[in-house]
Formats: sequence, C-alpha cells, structure tokens
Amino acid sequence: MSDWDYAPAPESRELISLRSSYGLFIDGGFTAPVDGGAFKTVNPATEEVLGEVAEAGPADVDRAVAAARRAQTEVWGPMRPAERAKYLYRIARIIQERSRELAVLESLDNGKPIKESRDIDLPLVAAHFFHYAGWADKLRHAGFGSDPQPLGVAGQIVPWNFPLLMAAWKLAPALATGNTCVLKPAETTPLSALLLAEILQQADLPPGVVNVLTGAGETGRLLVAHDGVDKIAFTGSTEVGKSIQRTIAGTRKRLTLELGGKAANVVFDDAPIDQAVEGIVNGIFFNQGHVCCAGSRLLVQENVAEAVLERLKRRLATLRLGDPLDKNTDIGAINSPVQLAKIRELSDVGDAEGAQRWQPPCQLPDRGYWFPPTLFTGVSQSHRIAREEIFGPVLSVLTFRTPDEAVAKANNSPYGLSAGVWTEKGSRILWMAQQLRAGVVWANTFNRFDPASPFGGYKESGFGREGGRHGLEAYLAQGNETMGPAKVAAEDSHDG
Amino acid sequence: MADPRLEVRKTYKLYVGGKFPRSESGRSYEVTGAGGAFLANAAQASRKDARDAVVAARKAFPGWSSATPYNRGQVLYRVAELLEGRRAQFVAEVADARAAAAAEGASVDPKAARDAGQSRVDAGAQVDAAIDRWVWYAGWADKIAQVAGSSNAVAGPYFNFSVPEPTGVVAVLAPQASSLLGLVSVVAPVIVSGNTVVVVAAERQPLPAVTLTEVLATSDVPGGVINLLTGRTAELAPVLAAHMDVNAVDLCGAPAEQVTDLERTAADNVKRVMRPASEAEDWTAEPDPQRILAFTELKTVWHPIGV
Amino acid sequence: MTTLVPAPGWMDDVTTSELALRRFLHGLAGVDQVGAEARASTLATRSIKREAKGWALDMAIRMTDLTTLEGNDTPGKVRALCAKALRPDPSDPEVPPVAAVCLYPDMVATAVQALAGGATAQAGEDGGRRVKVASVATAFPSGRAALATKLADVGDAVAAGADEVDMVIDRGAFLVGHYAQVLDEIRHVKAACGGAHLKVILETGELATLDNVRRASWLAMLGGADFIKTSTGKVGPASTPAVVLVMLEAVRDFADATGGAVGVKAAGGIRTAKDAVRYLVLVNETVGADWLTPDRFRFGASSLLNDLLMQRSKLRTGAYAGPDYFTLD
Repeated sequence: MSDWDYAPAPESRELISLRSSYGLFIDGGFTAPVDGGAFKTVNPATEEVLGEVAEAGPADVDRAVAAARRAQTEVWGPMRPAERAKYLYRIARIIQERSRELAVLESLDNGKPIKESRDIDLPLVAAHFFHYAGWADKLRHAGFGSDPQPLGVAGQIVPWNFPLLMAAWKLAPALATGNTCVLKPAETTPLSALLLAEILQQADLPPGVVNVLTGAGETGRLLVAHDGVDKIAFTGSTEVGKSIQRTIAGTRKRLTLELGGKAANVVFDDAPIDQAVEGIVNGIFFNQGHVCCAGSRLLVQENVAEAVLERLKRRLATLRLGDPLDKNTDIGAINSPVQLAKIRELSDVGDAEGAQRWQPPCQLPDRGYWFPPTLFTGVSQSHRIAREEIFGPVLSVLTFRTPDEAVAKANNSPYGLSAGVWTEKGSRILWMAQQLRAGVVWANTFNRFDPASPFGGYKESGFGREGGRHGLEAYLAQGNETMGPAKVAAEDSHDG
Repeated sequence: MADPRLEVRKTYKLYVGGKFPRSESGRSYEVTGAGGAFLANAAQASRKDARDAVVAARKAFPGWSSATPYNRGQVLYRVAELLEGRRAQFVAEVADARAAAAAEGASVDPKAARDAGQSRVDAGAQVDAAIDRWVWYAGWADKIAQVAGSSNAVAGPYFNFSVPEPTGVVAVLAPQASSLLGLVSVVAPVIVSGNTVVVVAAERQPLPAVTLTEVLATSDVPGGVINLLTGRTAELAPVLAAHMDVNAVDLCGAPAEQVTDLERTAADNVKRVMRPASEAEDWTAEPDPQRILAFTELKTVWHPIGV
Repeated sequence: MTTLVPAPGWMDDVTTSELALRRFLHGLAGVDQVGAEARASTLATRSIKREAKGWALDMAIRMTDLTTLEGNDTPGKVRALCAKALRPDPSDPEVPPVAAVCLYPDMVATAVQALAGGATAQAGEDGGRRVKVASVATAFPSGRAALATKLADVGDAVAAGADEVDMVIDRGAFLVGHYAQVLDEIRHVKAACGGAHLKVILETGELATLDNVRRASWLAMLGGADFIKTSTGKVGPASTPAVVLVMLEAVRDFADATGGAVGVKAAGGIRTAKDAVRYLVLVNETVGADWLTPDRFRFGASSLLNDLLMQRSKLRTGAYAGPDYFTLD
C-alpha cells in the first residue's frame, strides 16, 4: 500500500494585511518614535522581512508611561469596575471575531504551526480576557480585602514564544484590577501586539490605558528602570529576570517573574502508555520546545524505559515539520538564528558529553531556521543537557528506579516551573504532586493552560502566579503600600 | 392623509423546553397598564404546564451542568449582548409595567405598594441595570469554584477538596414588583452554576419576562435550562413547592400568606428553600454571590496520598 | 506492567487458563480516556485536500461494507443494495465498487446471486467475487443465545455463501469477567467459519470504558479474529474516534508482538465523508499506511456512501452536489 500523502493545506495569507512599517502605540494612537530607531521583523520559516517596526527610545518610554499614568488617575482608576469589565468583554469578543487573522499573523512572525496558534494560543487569549473581565467588578470577593486597590502603572515585558498569549496573561489581570499598562513585546515578535492595539482601538478603550512599545532589550531596560512605573511583570529568560530583580531593588516597584524551566516529565511503569507517549511528545515538541514549562527531561522508570523509547521513536516519525502556515504541520520553525545557534550548541554539547542523539528522518526546508525533533538517551543528572534550558525541540532522557529517586532527580534543579507525572495510581499522583517542587504539576496530561488555573514557578523559575483568583494579587496594592494613583471607585451600587 | 399603520401585536406564550407553547389549559389573563389600559393577554399556566416545565428542566440539567463553566459564562454573556440589542423593546415594556405598578399603589397589598413606591429608577435605567446585572453574573461562572471551593487541610495523608456543584432543578417565584431587573437578579444566579430553572413571572407585569424568553430562545442557552410560566403565582407556587423532582425553591415573589405553607410543603423532599426578604429588596444594589451559592451543594472528596 | 515485546509462544501461555488470560488482559496498560480523546481530536484537525482527499474518498468507498440489517429486509431490498454496491454511481463508472454488503444470514443467498449475475459484476483479482458478502451471525445483535444456536447461525451463513462473518461477543460474559468463555466462543465461531473471514464485534458502546475496549480487542485477536469491529450499529454510542484509536493501537501492538495483521472495522454512526476521512487519518497515523486497504480497514455504514459520492462529485466539478443526483439503494 502506497503512503498517503496529505496534500499541502496552506492557510491563506490573504487574511492579514501587513504594513511596511509600524509605529509605537501610545495614548490611543500609532506614532513614530521620538528618539528611537527602527528594526525589521522576519518570518523565521522563510527569512522574508515582514515589516519594519519602531524601536522606542527613552523619550518614547517617557511618553508612554506618562500616558498610562494620566489614563490611570483620570479615567481608568476612577471608572466604575462594571464598566471596566465591559471593556474587557468587548476586547475578548473582538479577539474571537478576529481570531483567524491573529493566528495567521502570529504564525508568520513567530514560526509556530498555524494549528497551534489557531487551536491553542488564540482561544486562550480570548479566554484570558473573558475570565479577567469577570473579576473586574468582583474584586471584593477575591480574598484580598473589601476594597482592593490597583498599583498604578504596570510595565510588562513579554517573550517571543507565545507573543499574544503572554500579552493577554499580562494585560487582562492588570486592567481588570484598575491598572494601566505599558507593554513591551519581544524584539522578534512584535506584530500580534500591534494588531491587538488596533483591536483595543476598535473596542474604544480609552487612550493611554494600554500602550505598546516595540523595541529590543534596551527598551525593556528603560521601562524597568522608569520611575513612573509601579509594577514590573516579566516573562523571559532567567538571566534577564535576575537583572530586572537587581534593577528594581531598593525601589517600591512590585515585581513578578516567570522565567525558565527544565521540567521533569516522570513516567512510571503503570502509566497509560500510549497517552504517556503523547504527553512526552506534547511536552517537548509543542511550540518547537520554546516553552518555559516544557517537559524537557523525560524521567522514565527504568523497567519500562526501552518500551517507552521504542514507542516514542515510532511516534516521532509521524511528526510533520515544515511550513508553519500549512494546517498539517506539527513542528514549525525556530524563532530566530540566535535561538537556533543556541539549540545547536547545546545539542553538540550533548554529543560531547556522551549522550546518544536520535532524530527521526526529517526533511528541513532550505530557507528559514529549523531544527528536527531530537532525543538524547543515556543522559544523567550531571550532563549539561540535563540541567540547562535548551528551549528547543530537544528531549533529554534519564531513568529512575523508585518514586523517591524520581522526586529527587526531578527536584534536583535550580528551576521549578512545572513537572509531569504519568501513572494510573491516584495516590501516587497526589504523592508526587506533593513532593515535586514545581509551581505546576500535570498528571496524565501536559501543557494544559486555562485562565482559571494559576501558573508560575518555584525557585529560579520565578515568582508570582498568573491565572485565576491568585493572578489578581500581583496587581493589587498590599496592606502597607502607599498608593501612587488616585483611589479607584469602590464597587458601589448602580444608581441610575 | 394615509391611514395609520396597524401594528402586528405579539402573542405572549409560555417558554418551556426551548419552545413557546400556549397553556395546556387554554386559559389566558389580562395584563393591564396604567389606569387599567389593556396591554395583552398572557398565557395562564396550569399545574400541568408547571409539571411539563419541571420535566423540561430536568432533561436539560445533565447537559447544562456538565458544560464547562467557561462555556456557561460565554452563553450568558451572549444573552447580555442580545438583551442590549432589544433594549428599546424592554424599556417600553418595563415602562408600562412600572406605570401599572405605580397606579396600583393604592391597592390593598401594602407590600406591593411599598415596592412600587420604592422603585425610583426610570425604565431605561432599570433595563441598563438588568443587562449589567446579567453581565455581572455571567462573569461568575468560572470563579465560583475558586471562591467557594477549597482544598482542606485534614490531619492525615489525604488530599481533601471541596467543590460547589449545582443542586439540580430550581423553582423560582420572581419578584412581583420588579418586572425585569428583579427577574434577572433571581434567574441568572441560579443557572450560572449549572442549575436549570422553572420561573414564575411577576403576575401582573409578566411581559418583560416573556420578551426575555424570546432573547433566550435566540441565544445559545439550551432549551429547558430556563422555563418561564406566566399566570397566577398563588396557583402555581404550591404545585412547584410540592413537586418531588424540584430540588430547591426561591420564594421571593410568593404571596405573603402562602409563604409558610410553601416552606412546609417543600419539606416533603427536603428542598432547599430561599425565603423572601423580610423587607422589599433593593434590586439596584450590587449583589454578592449568596444567590449563586444558595443553590449549590458542596461536595468533598478524600484521596490518599502515597506511593 | 505494560506489555512489551514478549517471548515467542507467549500467546499459548496467556490463553491456557482463565487466570492466565485474566492476568494478561488486566495487565495491559490502561487507557487515559481524556488523553485518548484529545489525541483523536487533534488528529481530526488534519486538513485533507485536493488529490489527497480524492484518494481518501475513493479508498473510503472501497472500504465500505454497505449494510442493511433490518427486520423488514426482503429479497427486493437486498437486490437493490447489491446493485448499488456494485455500481455506487451509475453516472460514473470510475467510482469503485464497495468492499462488501453486510446482511442477515437468511439474505445471504439472495445477495450471492445478485452479486454474481448481471453485466456489472466483475471477478476480483483473486478470482473470487469482487464485492464480498458479509453476514452477521451469532444471534446478532444481542448475542444472547446458546452457543449451539449461535454456531448454527454461522453455519447457515457460510453454507449460503458468505465470504465474511461478523459475530458479536458475549458482552454479558465479558463484563462478568468470564474471558475464557468469550475466547472459547470466538474460537468456535472461527472454526465454523471455515474459509470465511471472521470479524468480531466488540459492541464498544456496551463495554463503556476504553480499558474494556483494549481488553476486548486483545481477547478477540487472541481468539483468531481477522477483523475487530466496533459495533452492531444497534446500540449507541457506536463507533467513535477514541474507540477506534484504541482498537488501532491494539492491532498495532498485536502485530508487533506476533507479526499477525488484524483489521479494524468502524461501524455505526459514520454518516459523512468528513468522518470517514478522519478515521483514515487515525489509521494512517496510528498503525500506518499498510492498514489503508479494504483488507485491513472497513466502514460499516449505509448513508455514508452517498455522502462520499457527493464529496467526490464536488471535488471533480467544483460545485456542491445534491441528493437527487445519487441513487437510493
């Protein structure tokens, strides 16, 4: 029987209209930078230039923060919470309406498969705005006191791996709690945030409530250091997270960090094996492994290691790598040449350390940044590829003998963002969950996200939680904090 | 001069199982505006209609309660969108209702007089408030569990958690003096957690309630989740209070002289009873989740923790 | 313990006793229902277009067991069905015939005659009838009868000329845990089939859990099934993607363990071409392209065929088709 080739099934680029150049979004409008420059953003699957994007300089950061402050004290802060809620609901609805467009743009700019941006990223983006819209006028029931107050202006720096979703994770709770925002998208993935800014205009969001400053590391540094910002929220590398924490030391700025990880995905001998294999694959190859909570270490019980690996290898051979806009693509492009170089470097280290590399037969396109799904077996704790975050489609496979050993190995890391547990035994799931030093434990599943479910790390994976009732805390003033902005209207009755 | 155009008047029917049947009894009753002006004939529901409504509500319960909270929130938000679209129609009907209530201020029922007198908001504001109230409740769907549920620190190697779950079919007697805002305020909290409901509309001002059901029928709310009966509250309330397949009853709009008996009857299958407020409720005040939680059951689960 | 690559001859070991069989079946890896359904839904997002879709539609037609299993079946109805089976679209001779017709045993003789005669019938490559006659048997659909009755049922079908027999397992015995009894019945039926191929219907809707589907699949394969089949079509839920996924995994694992290739038939509730193509994707990405043949995958359906024809027509002409242009059987 001949192989059945799925014909190319490209999603249409007609849905989006790319501009040749983009301005900054400050105080409700798009504007050229005052003292910044410009840089290009590229489609990592083809290396084509998608457009020119502004780089915000110091004066631009000043403008944006001032606009956010004015909006907070004069408009957003005093606004009745029920009205704030309705803005957020509007934004959620428009995102749903324009989902397909946003998904295509995200895949073009980021390199991730359209199947993922369409089926996972975008629904979650809308859901976050929906969920937090509902909290805006219910804060006194959230367990933070009878009249919780916002912090003021939030500077929010998001990474390139889930550009729009991370923006939603930041903006939605901040806005719901009465703060205003200055968002800095990642250098290689600015476009979906800029389209989101257009959506905010469509929703009639008052000017200055959300500002988008595109730029690179320097723009982020300026924002972090700015005196007019009350709160910094950062998702990105642990290295940069530490430098941010140092920068704000001694100030009254509040901080939450969501950093790197090296999650252990623990498979016991009584795991539901076919689903465990799916979970392993999803854990490390979803989003090309560009996931802070990726299950990048497989810890498999030694007595089933061979069987699991055999099934895993067979499964990897059905992964489809290629054009992110093809609806049948499972593995897209690596986001940038910098990241590709890092993945290659660490994989070479894996070889040098004596681990055995395995890759399924895989045709890589000529242009663009690509790396095939990769396994390293024979890895041990002291290998660099078991300790350092590769942030790519590379799985390190280690074994364990007993549950205690699995826990010890899983926890033996400066990171602590997430972990996976695969077993049919309920008590063991709960025991493992209790023992694992990780902010998110997935049992018999992996990479599941929901706006109601708090997400965040232990140790060097960061602090603070995003999602659910707990996600409000980061944006609310605590007992003894002095308040920068005007006190918000309490949730008073509608009096016609 | 051209003849004035005759408008096509609406027929006001019951809303049961997602459809609009007339009462099986074939009865109707007059709904009047200020000064006794004829507004419409509303269907006068019978005990059999009530029975059918409970059957429809029970049938809809498994699907609605097993929908994700997010989905329920979305569905309810969509209802608010459609309410907004029909704002003008609601304002007209609520204005008629309020005028009628005000005119009845001299009636023998002191509580109704007090209610009519106390509602100072104009119809437009009341409709706005009803839409915003609906939005408020929609946002609770995926938050009740975090606010009312918990994991519990028991002394032993057990994981113990509590979750609120919908109680089942709830009968609600809508407030007599607030034809839309009050109605929304007693219905939305019941269904947001996954319950299904049989509502008896305000007896004298049922028209906004019927228009609400038209909104529901064109929204994504599955048939049977909300069932609405118009008619004589005093006739229908005892039937619902006695019904053995109704899990809870909200006596808000019950005739004062019936309240005690209704509560007594409800004990036949240990219904959860929400008593009417001792004084006229101010529907304009922002609620708290109490009306949601009153119709939920708390389930607590134990599971050992061990290798 | 998961079942890995076992020692040669292991099949004999596990079937020697009720206890051994039970240990084996209960020792199979569990199935996480949510995970299995998620995998099936993800595979349902595959976008199959153009020539890949055309290939899939034709393959699905060739994999169809065109079915009538009603109390009011008559020779007239069966003849009409057979005509449709041989020539699904009278206006287009390019449309391949279906794999088989599926009937009650007392209709087999009529079908054999209807498929043999007429200018439209052609001999298959193996010299046998191109469109097979599959007969249900063993007190279909409930299976609630004495073994002797069930075997007589099989005998009648085979004697009348059936190429394939679709039996039902005793779900009652399975749910009580009498696995050896279920196995024994399958073996007896297999023997009574003679040269006819045996499909074993698990009635997955009554088995209720995916763990049971996995166990029943293995039990049927150990008993000698040529095909394992989801449903009788008389009980809902019938075929679902997650159920077929689990069955395909079992078939794959059985092939790994023994080298034997068992087929899968998805029956009941498959009405649209879209559904059918999704099942083919499941086959392709679970057990592999070797199973994309009517010898190893079948659809038990009736109204599916016309939807396949309509989609086929749309692909060729670019316009959406209407039911008037396709024949009723």
